[in-house]
Amino acid sequence: MPRSGFVPVMTLAELQLALPEIFLLAAACGILLADLFIPTERRGLTHMLAVVALVFTAILTLRLMMAPGEAVYAFSDTFVRDRFGDVLKVFSYLILAGVFVYAKHYLRMFDLFKGEFYTLSLFALLGVMVLISSASLITLYLGLELLALSTYALVALDRDSRLGSEAAMKYFILGSLASGLMLYGMSLLYGATGSLQLAEISASLGGGAGDSMLLTFGLVFIVIGVAFKLGAVPFHMWVPDVYHGAPLPIALFVASVPKLAGLALAIRLLDNGLGGLHADWQGMLVVIAGLSLILGNVVAIAQTNIKRMLAYSTISHMGFMLLGILAGTPEGYAAAMFYAIAYAIMSAGAFAVLILVSVDGREADQLDDFKGLARRNPWHAFLMMMILFSLAGIPVFLGFFAKWQVIAATMAAGFTWLAVLAVLTAVIGAFYYLRVVKLMYFDDPSSEQPLKAPVDFRAVLTVNGMAMLALGVFSGGLISLCASAFVG
Amino acid sequence: MMSEWPLLSLLIWLPILGAVFVASIGEQSPKLVRPLALGIALAVFALSLLLYAGFDATTAAMQFQEKAVWIGAFNIHYHLGIDGLSLPLILLTTLIGALIIVAGWRIEDRVHLYMASFLLLQGLMVGVFSALDALLFYVFFEAMLVPMFLIIGIWGGPNRIYATVKFFLFTFFGSVFMLIALLWLYLQSGSFAVADLHQLPIALEAQILIFLAFLIAFAVKVPMWPVHTWLPDAHVEAPTGGSVVLAAVMLKIGGYGLVRFSLPITPDAAAALDWLVIGLSLVAIAYIGFVALAQSDMKKLIAYSSISHMGFVTLGLFLAFAIARNTGDVAGAGLGISGGMVQMISHGFISGAMFLAVGVLYDRVHSREISSYGGVANTMPWFAMFAVLFFMANSGLPGTSGFVGEFMVILAAFQASIWFAFVAGTSLLLGAAYSLWLVKRVFYGEVANSAVAGLKDLSGREWVLMVILAVFVLGVGIWPFPLIEMMEASVAELVEHIMQSKLP
Repeated sequence: MPRSGFVPVMTLAELQLALPEIFLLAAACGILLADLFIPTERRGLTHMLAVVALVFTAILTLRLMMAPGEAVYAFSDTFVRDRFGDVLKVFSYLILAGVFVYAKHYLRMFDLFKGEFYTLSLFALLGVMVLISSASLITLYLGLELLALSTYALVALDRDSRLGSEAAMKYFILGSLASGLMLYGMSLLYGATGSLQLAEISASLGGGAGDSMLLTFGLVFIVIGVAFKLGAVPFHMWVPDVYHGAPLPIALFVASVPKLAGLALAIRLLDNGLGGLHADWQGMLVVIAGLSLILGNVVAIAQTNIKRMLAYSTISHMGFMLLGILAGTPEGYAAAMFYAIAYAIMSAGAFAVLILVSVDGREADQLDDFKGLARRNPWHAFLMMMILFSLAGIPVFLGFFAKWQVIAATMAAGFTWLAVLAVLTAVIGAFYYLRVVKLMYFDDPSSEQPLKAPVDFRAVLTVNGMAMLALGVFSGGLISLCASAFVG
Repeated sequence: MMSEWPLLSLLIWLPILGAVFVASIGEQSPKLVRPLALGIALAVFALSLLLYAGFDATTAAMQFQEKAVWIGAFNIHYHLGIDGLSLPLILLTTLIGALIIVAGWRIEDRVHLYMASFLLLQGLMVGVFSALDALLFYVFFEAMLVPMFLIIGIWGGPNRIYATVKFFLFTFFGSVFMLIALLWLYLQSGSFAVADLHQLPIALEAQILIFLAFLIAFAVKVPMWPVHTWLPDAHVEAPTGGSVVLAAVMLKIGGYGLVRFSLPITPDAAAALDWLVIGLSLVAIAYIGFVALAQSDMKKLIAYSSISHMGFVTLGLFLAFAIARNTGDVAGAGLGISGGMVQMISHGFISGAMFLAVGVLYDRVHSREISSYGGVANTMPWFAMFAVLFFMANSGLPGTSGFVGEFMVILAAFQASIWFAFVAGTSLLLGAAYSLWLVKRVFYGEVANSAVAGLKDLSGREWVLMVILAVFVLGVGIWPFPLIEMMEASVAELVEHIMQSKLP
C-alpha cells in the first residue's frame, strides 16, 4: 500500500526495484561516451553495445518479474513495479532490439550510421520505462518528456533533410503544447485533490472529496494530452507529418515502442489515478475513438505515400486500442494491452519491409515501390502480406485476435453501436491494405533489381513476420499474459 | 480403430501443411509440384472416405469429435465434429479439391503457389464444415478469403483486380456482422461452443438482430439477391479452378451457416422473418433466372444460374416454418431442409462440371462469349455429350441430381403455399430455357468459325474430370437414397430443435 507523507530515504530494496532503469541509464551514458572513441568504420560496435544493454536490462526486468505479482511501490510512492509494467517493458526491449537491427541496415545505406541514434533511442526507452512505472504525476511527466524530447531529436536525425527538420519542428511545437496542456491538467488535479500520487488521487476521488468542476476541467486536459500522445483524432495532425518526414527507422521507432508508452500513460492516468471519473472520461474516449476509427481508415485510402498511409492506419489502430480502454474493465484493459503489443509488432514489421524495399539511396515511400515485390522477393512479400492481413484484422493472424478482444470489451461495456462502427471501419481499412497486397502480388515489377539485406535483418524480419501467424494461432499465451497484468 | 484417428484434423491440416510444403519446394523442383499436390489431394479424398465409412447415419449426434482448449481465457476450444449436415459437404469439398488440382494441371505461372493456394483453401473449407466452436468457425470462414483473393487476383482474367477486391470486401463486410453477433452471444452465454449457443434462450428482439447479422454474413456468401453482385464478377474473372471451387463449395458455406447457426440459434426470429428469406429466394429464383437468360458470356450465365439455384437452397431451408404453420406436420417440415441440402450437393457437382466444361472450351479458344462458338458438337462430340448432360442436369432433368433437390423443394413449397411453388416452378422453365439455349448456340448448328473447326476433343485428363462428375450427377439423380439417408437423422433433429421456442 502506498504510504502518505514524504520520506526522503532510499532503501536498497527500493533501488533494486528500479535496477533495470538504473542500469539502462548507466548503459546509455556509457555508450554515449564510448561512441566518442569508436571510429566511424567500427560503428557496428555501438550497435552491439546497445543490443547488449537491452539484453541485460531485459534480464534484470525478468528477474524482477519472477517475484510475486503484487504491485510494489518505491521512492515515496512515486514509482511502482507491477506485472503490467514488467510485461510492457519486456516487449519494449524486444521491439527496440528489432528496431535496432532494422535501423542498422538503413543507417548504413543512407550514411546516417551515428552513435546518436542509439543513445537517443536508449534514452527514449528509459523515458518509456519511467512512464510505465510511474505512480505519481511527477514521475509520469518526467518519463513522458524524456521520451518526447529524445524522439523530437531523433526525427531530426538526418539534419540535411528539409522534410525531416520540418517534421521535427512540427512535432516539437505540437508536442510541447500537448505536454503543457497535460501539465496544466495535472496542476488542476493537484489543486482539486491535494496530491500528486496517483493512488492518493484515486483514493480521494473515491471519498467524494474535491471540487468536481475543477476535477472535470483537469480531466479534459489530461485526456487531451493522452489523445495527443497516442495520435488520436482530433489531436492527430502530427502523426502523418512525422511519419512522412522522419527517416524510415525513426518512423519505425515512433510507430512501435511509444505506442506501448501511450497505453501505459492512458492506464496509469485514467485508471490508476482517475478511475473514479470513469463515467466522465468514457464519454470523451468514445468520441475520440470513434473519430479516430473513421478518419484514420477513410483518409488512409487517399494516400499514395505509404508512410502517410501507415500513419493514418496508426490513427485508426489507436482508435481500436482506445475501445479497450474506454470499457474501463480489467478485460478491456487487457484487450487494449494486447492490442498495443500486437500493433507495435505489426507496424515494426511493416516499416521493416519499407526499409528492405528502399534501394539506390531513395526511401521506398511510394505505394508503387511495392509493385511486383512477390516476383522480386517472394519470401519477404509473403511476410509483408501476412503483416498486412494482420493489420486488416483477418484471421488467423495476430491482428484479428487483437481486434475481436477490444470489440468484445466494447460490447461488454454496452457500446454495441460503437463495436458495429469499429468493424465497419475495419472493412473500409481492409481496402487499403489489400491494395498493397495487390501491388505486390498482382502487378508486374517496375524494376528487376534484387533486394539485398544483411542476414540479421532478414532473420529478424522473418521472425517478425512469422509472429503474425504464430501469435495468432497460439494467441492464448499472450492473451493470458495480458490478462494476468490486471488481476487483483 | 479408425474412428480413433483424429480424422477431421488430418483432413484440415494435411492439405494446409501440404500447401506449405508445395510452396516451399516449388522454386527448386517445379516438376514435382503437380504430382505432389495431386497426391496430397487424393490422400485427403481417401481419408474423407474413411470418414464416410465410419459415419453412423442413425444418430444426429456429433461424431468424430475432437476437443482441445485453444484460448482458455475466453473459453474457446479447438472443437471439431460432424453430423449428417456437414459430412456430405466435406465429401464434396475433398472430391472437388482433387478435381481442381487436375483441372489446373496446365497452369504455368507460379504453379507452386497456385497448387498451394488451392490446398490451403481446401483445408480451410473442411475446417469451416467441421468447426463446432463459433470462433473457430469464424476463423476458418474468414481465413478462406485470403487464398481465394490470391487465386482470382493472380491467375484471373483481365478485370481480375476489381473482381477480387469486390469479392473480398463484400464477404468481409458480411462476416463482420456475424462476428458482432457471435460476440454478443458469447457475452450472454460465456461460451463460443455451437452446442451451447443452440441451447441459449434469447429474447425475440435480440434474436431478430442476431438473425439479421447472421443473414447478412451468409446471404453474401450464398449469395442471395440483392447482395449477389460480387459473384458474376468473381466467376468471370477467376481461373477455371477458382470458379469451380467457388461455385461448388464456397457458396455452400453460406447455406451451411444458415443451417448450423441461423436456424438453431435464432429459431423464433427465423420463424418470424421467414417471409423475408423466402421472398428474397423467390426473387433470386425467378428474376435472376431472367437475368441469366440475357447473358452473352458463358461464365456469367452459369454464375447467374448459380444464384438462381442457390435460391432453391435458401427457399428450402426456410420453408419449414410455413409448412408447420399450415399443416401442423412437424415431421414433414423437414422436407424443405432436406431438399435444400440435396440441392447444395447437387449444385456442387453440376456447377463445378459446367465451369469445367467452359474451361475446356476456354483453354482452346480463349473466349467465353457464346457468340464465339457454334457447332462445337461437330468437332468435339465426346465433350458435347458430357456438356449437354451437365447443362441438362442444370435445368433439372429427371434422372440427374439437379432434379432431386428442386423436386423436393418445390414439393415442400406446395405444402407451404401454392404461390411459393408457382414462383419456384418458373425456374424449371427458365433453367431449361437458358441452359438449352446456350447448348443450342454453342454446341449445335453449323460449325461457326475456323477456331471451332480446329478444335480437338477431350484429352485424357479432361476425360477423367468429365467422367467423375458425370458419374456423380447421374448417381445422385438415379439413386439419391444414400445421400438423403446420410442426413436424415440430423435434419429431423434440426427440425425438432427449431420448432421449439427459445424465448426465455
